[in-house]
Amino acid sequence: MSENEDAITKETIPAGNTRRDAFVKIGVGSLCVACSGAAVFGYDFLSPNVLYEPSPVANAGKIAKFPPDSVTQDAQSGIYIVHAAEGIYAMSAVCTHLGCLTAWKPELGIIACPCHGSKFGRDGVKLEGPAPRPLEWLKASISDEGDLLVDRSAPLPEKQFVRT
Amino acid sequence: MAATLSQQLTALRRTRVWRSVFRGGNGTSNLDRALAVQQNLFLHLSSVKVRKRSLAFRVTWFLGTLCMGALMILVATGIPLMLYYHPSVPQAYADMKDLQSVVSAGVFLRNLHRWSAHAMVLLVFAHMFKVFYRGAYRPPREFNWVVGIILLIVTLLLSYTGYLLPWDQLAFWAITVGSNLLSSVPVIGPKVRFLMLGGNTVNANALLRFYVLHCVILPLTAATFVAVHFWRIRKDGGIYPGKDHKHA
Repeated sequence: MSENEDAITKETIPAGNTRRDAFVKIGVGSLCVACSGAAVFGYDFLSPNVLYEPSPVANAGKIAKFPPDSVTQDAQSGIYIVHAAEGIYAMSAVCTHLGCLTAWKPELGIIACPCHGSKFGRDGVKLEGPAPRPLEWLKASISDEGDLLVDRSAPLPEKQFVRT
Repeated sequence: MAATLSQQLTALRRTRVWRSVFRGGNGTSNLDRALAVQQNLFLHLSSVKVRKRSLAFRVTWFLGTLCMGALMILVATGIPLMLYYHPSVPQAYADMKDLQSVVSAGVFLRNLHRWSAHAMVLLVFAHMFKVFYRGAYRPPREFNWVVGIILLIVTLLLSYTGYLLPWDQLAFWAITVGSNLLSSVPVIGPKVRFLMLGGNTVNANALLRFYVLHCVILPLTAATFVAVHFWRIRKDGGIYPGKDHKHA
């Protein structure tokens, strides 16, 4: 027992392992945990959990409203309903350059963007301008009541038509 | 009445009330005049004395001072504008219209704010070019150049966030395009865009976030870095007089 008491002297405790060092490590460690916790909470706070935005599924109305060979723009929901030979398809009207709303120009037979001059064909293919990609085709379907529903959050990887 | 004005002022400065408010520099000696600046909370960010050479117009064209002046005008006009502005949709546009037509001096305040904002961006760029072309970024002033670039970015962010606040077509599409540019940053772009707008599109959340950024967060950031900027000018030896000056 007396050996133990002799052993606890300043000279025998290696530097960095004193009681004080332990407390400092615990203190700094808890600060790090608290800071990273605060960062996580802060990031979660900044990201809203509830969004008051309209549903991405737009109801374009009855199929009969879209005669063959027509291009109809619904500016409110930002989509084009096109009735081609193969069937009906829907495209996003948002320009793939920087997000402006494009417009259908019936006299020219093209879709044009007013912001930076991009032009697209009626199938969305880019004709000229700074846009990097063609206009997105969107998933279209027919509801039980016979309405055309367009899901603006569902771009199609390849062309699909809704048979009339 | 018999004593001259300056004698009366000196007597005023010796009263107990005055000396309790102003702790240092209550006389007219050089020490007193130095203490009046150095012991003052608001004034001691500036130096007590400046070199005459740093006040020459041809050296700086006073561009830094003009930037600071534009900032003061922006704050002085911005705060009254806040009293008539609600950052909600679609009220924001109506409030902007009210400021133009119904509020007394609203047109003046709003126009002065907008013109000063444009002037500020122009002056900040001019100040940057002037500092660069006369070599005032060289050691020991390199870090102050970095602080200046941070201030440039804060100025551009203030301009960008303020642009949305009128909530007109110009504002909406400018911020739509700008935020889409942001989402093209690899990996973190779309997430940062979502956080900045508070949603997927520019709507009420975006307007409110931009308002808080424009009126609170960015001005506080600017004030902090302006203080560092001025401090570094003092500590690095004052305004750089140019390489041809004998004291450069």
